Parts: sequence; C-alpha cells; structure tokens
Amino acid sequence: MLKATGVAGPKDWEAKLPDSQRRKQGPYVVFECFQEIPCNPCEQACPRNAVAIGEDINTIPCIDYGLCNGCAICVARCPGLAIFVVDETYAEGYGKVMIPWEYKPLPAKGDTVTAVGRDGKEVCTAEVVEVRNIKNQDRTAVIGLKVPLEHVNVVRGIKLGGEING
Amino acid sequence: MVNTDLLVVGGGPAGLAAADTAASLGIDVLLVDEGRAVGGQLVKQTHKFFGSGEHYAGVRGIDIPKLLNREENSQRVRILTDTTVVGCYEDGVVSALTGEDNYFKIKAKRAIFATGATEKFLSFPGNDLPGVYGAGAVQTLMNQFGVIPGKRVLMVGAGNIGIIVSYQLLQAGVPVAAVVEAAPTIGGYLVHASKLARAGVPILTRHTILEARGKDAVESAVIAQLDDNWQVVPGTEEEVDVDVVCLAVGLSPVVDLLRQLGCEMKYVPELGGHVPIRDKNLKTATGWIYVAGDVAGVEEASAAMVEGRLAGAAAAAELGADKQEADTVISRCLASLDALRGGPVGEKIRSGIAKLEGGAVNA
Repeated sequence: MLKATGVAGPKDWEAKLPDSQRRKQGPYVVFECFQEIPCNPCEQACPRNAVAIGEDINTIPCIDYGLCNGCAICVARCPGLAIFVVDETYAEGYGKVMIPWEYKPLPAKGDTVTAVGRDGKEVCTAEVVEVRNIKNQDRTAVIGLKVPLEHVNVVRGIKLGGEING
Repeated sequence: MVNTDLLVVGGGPAGLAAADTAASLGIDVLLVDEGRAVGGQLVKQTHKFFGSGEHYAGVRGIDIPKLLNREENSQRVRILTDTTVVGCYEDGVVSALTGEDNYFKIKAKRAIFATGATEKFLSFPGNDLPGVYGAGAVQTLMNQFGVIPGKRVLMVGAGNIGIIVSYQLLQAGVPVAAVVEAAPTIGGYLVHASKLARAGVPILTRHTILEARGKDAVESAVIAQLDDNWQVVPGTEEEVDVDVVCLAVGLSPVVDLLRQLGCEMKYVPELGGHVPIRDKNLKTATGWIYVAGDVAGVEEASAAMVEGRLAGAAAAAELGADKQEADTVISRCLASLDALRGGPVGEKIRSGIAKLEGGAVNA
C-alpha cells in the first residue's frame, strides 16, 4: 500500500510509536521513515543523541525514547519531511502535533486550519498553537497544531488553501 | 588555441565538484558550461538533499553551487559560461563556442566530461501539443524564472523527479491532478511520495497516459489503468481536466561528445542507456578522458558530486598533484560512493556498474 500510494497504513506507523507508558510522559518524536535510503541528517540534528543510524547511512533511524524529549529540532532537518512530534499530554482532551511545512501562506499562531491525514483527507479543524521558522531551519517551518486527542496520530498535515494555494 | 592542464566540460554538480577537487590539489582547471551560470540542474533543486554531511545532506540544491565554486579556488578555476563544446577531434582538440560567434579550440592534458543527462520522451497522441512539458522545463520555468507552466498539471512518472517536481508545483500554487506511474510501485523515495499524499495528490501506480487532448493546446488528458502485463484495462479510461502534462519518465546520459572521441560504450539499462566504459576512478579507455555524474550513469546528484571529486582527484594525480593527497581523496570518494549506493535503493546502480565491469559488448 505505502509503496503503491505513498500513504502509510496503520500497521506501518503504529510500529513507529513509542510504548504506551512513554506516550503518557510528554512529547515524543515519530519518525515516519519506512525505507532504507542513504540519509542521516536527523542523527546529527538531535542534541540529546536520541537518534541512531550508525555507519551505514542507509539504515532506518532508531530512536531512544528514554533520551528523546520531543524538542522537535529534528523535524525541520529531515530532507524527507518525515518527522513529527506528538504530545498527548498537551491539554485536557487535546494533544499537539508538530508538522513540517514548506508551503505558502505560512499559518500564524491562533489561526484555525483544516488538519489532514497521511492521505490528505480532512480529519478535523485545528488551532495553530506554535509556529517555528528560525534561520537554521532553512525555510522549513514547523507548525504546532492542537487537535482532539483521538486524532493525534492521524493528523499529519494542513489542507492546502489560502490565497496562494487555492 | 587555449591550453589547459584540466578541461572540465559541464558545470553541474559533477563538473563543479571535479574542478573544486582538482584545484584544491593544485591543478589549473578550465571549466566550460553552456548555461548562463554554473550549477546545472542544481539551480532548480529547491528541496533539501539526502545523503550525509559530506554530500551536503539537508542543504537545498540551489545553495550547493556556491559551496562547490569556492573563492579560495578562484585563482585556479577559470569558468566560461554560455560556452558549448561543439566538437571533439581525434588529436585531442576540443572546439567550443561562446555566445553566438566566439569559436575557439582547447587543448587539454586531461579532460573530465560531466555532460549530464537528457530527458526521455513518451509516445502518445497529442504529445506535440503546447502544454506537454518535460519535468526539467517545468522546473526551469518555475524555479529559475518564476513562471508557472499552467493551471493544473498531470504528472507522468513517480520516480524522484516526478514526485519532487509535483511537490514544487504545489509550492508554487499549481494544483497537481494526479501522478500516473506505469509500474506497480513508486520509484522515487517514499518520503517524497508521502509529502504529495498528505497534500491530497493521488499517486496512481499501474496507470498511464493514453492521450493529450485539445485544439491549440492541452485541454485535458486521458489516463487508464494497466494490468499485470502493462496492458490497458478496457473501461478504465478517464479524462482528466488539465492544461499541462508533465513528463518525468527517465533520463539518458548525454554521450555524444564521448562518441566523437571514440570512447568505448556499453548499453546498460540500469544506468540509463549507453554509457562510457571506465575504470573505478572514472577514467575511460581513451586515456586522457574521465567521466563523472549522469553521463557515466543516471543517479542522484549526491553521487554525481562524489564522482566529480573522484575523477578530479584521479586526473589531478596524473597531472602532477601530490600523490598521497590525491589518493586520500580517491579512497574517501570510493567509500562515499559505496555508502550512497549501499542500500536497497542503490541496487539498480550496483547491478548496472557490475555489468560495466564485464567490459564492452554492443557499443
């Protein structure tokens, strides 16, 4: 399915989540990197050395969830835009999803957007609660979306829209 | 006659890396490129590159040419843009044309041909209508000149170029109706494909374009599903409302000049077609000529840059550079190529290169 459509199925992405105990302890990273390709910027991006690839740069990154604190620095560094950060402890009934974003317009904090899933289909509306776009992200913004808890591992994007992408 | 130690033909990722490496090893280089500026296809690559630090991973392609064309080497590298090599002769004389009428000859002790690749085309009725583009042209229009190609696009081909250009179209505000791909699986990196999927663009594997329709330009395209034998499944034809059909169906090495020079060729489908026979340091059997980048076999730009460095160092060693220094670069490049090609996505390239090592067959 993934190889034919580009859409990861539940079996693919569920295997990338940390265990349920870790998920309750605060933000965690989700690497939706399913293919052995020659790439390793995520390994150097992590200030806590939580990402391991090793000698062979084709190896799929391995995350040490004891070290990862969900800081999201790696999100903008992944050339494949395949890294997300999820926080299931964000607010009562709500979680936060951090997604990479390279389209215009850049959402602003406080905006309400339509959140979409891995297949681009609408999931729910979401409030933009954070926008990071500092220089060393090199034009890959990272957007924090507040979404109902049940959608926290379903939402992976924002519906293209606005004046430019209408 | 212009005399030079090392001539580099083509200023894309391979040629720039070759010139940079040879110059760092103390060799004087003349680099000629037909474009208005050096960079080759890098000047259109707005996405961040893969690989590792030594391959500029995480850097956008558009920012790489200036890293390969360093101020500290400017004394040793002479660059002529808007200059096309138009002929190569048996006695090693290369003729070139700058602009429209400045024709001159070059004699080099060694030359590295980094002439890149050209896009393949596809046969279907209506493929001559305005609105049918190659993916390279769409990138040139959008990313170099800020012109969008149309209002709605059908992309043909789900290799890395097809899915990356689709993403760039979305970034430019141009909707992509679908990506059709005849093969049963996506050829490009899945992370690129997933970006498109999140943007709601359907990637239709086992699908092809049957026809582009329109009176004076493309007004729609007909697509259809393919069966296991790559035959159209009757009744699955569908007309898609688009004014652009963008073809990203593969590349062929540009080997014409190497043919003129009598370089031995071999047909290797995994490398994109006819490619020059060469040794592991990219030296052809025509002793003074090296190759690097897509002309040696179609691959990612990261590999092209390493090949450029490899050929640059190997040629520099023959031109009197410090042997030990050159050898260090050579072994680092060989290890780097092994790393890039080492995984499952490198399988095709590995088997192509293995065939080359079998020697010449059907030149």
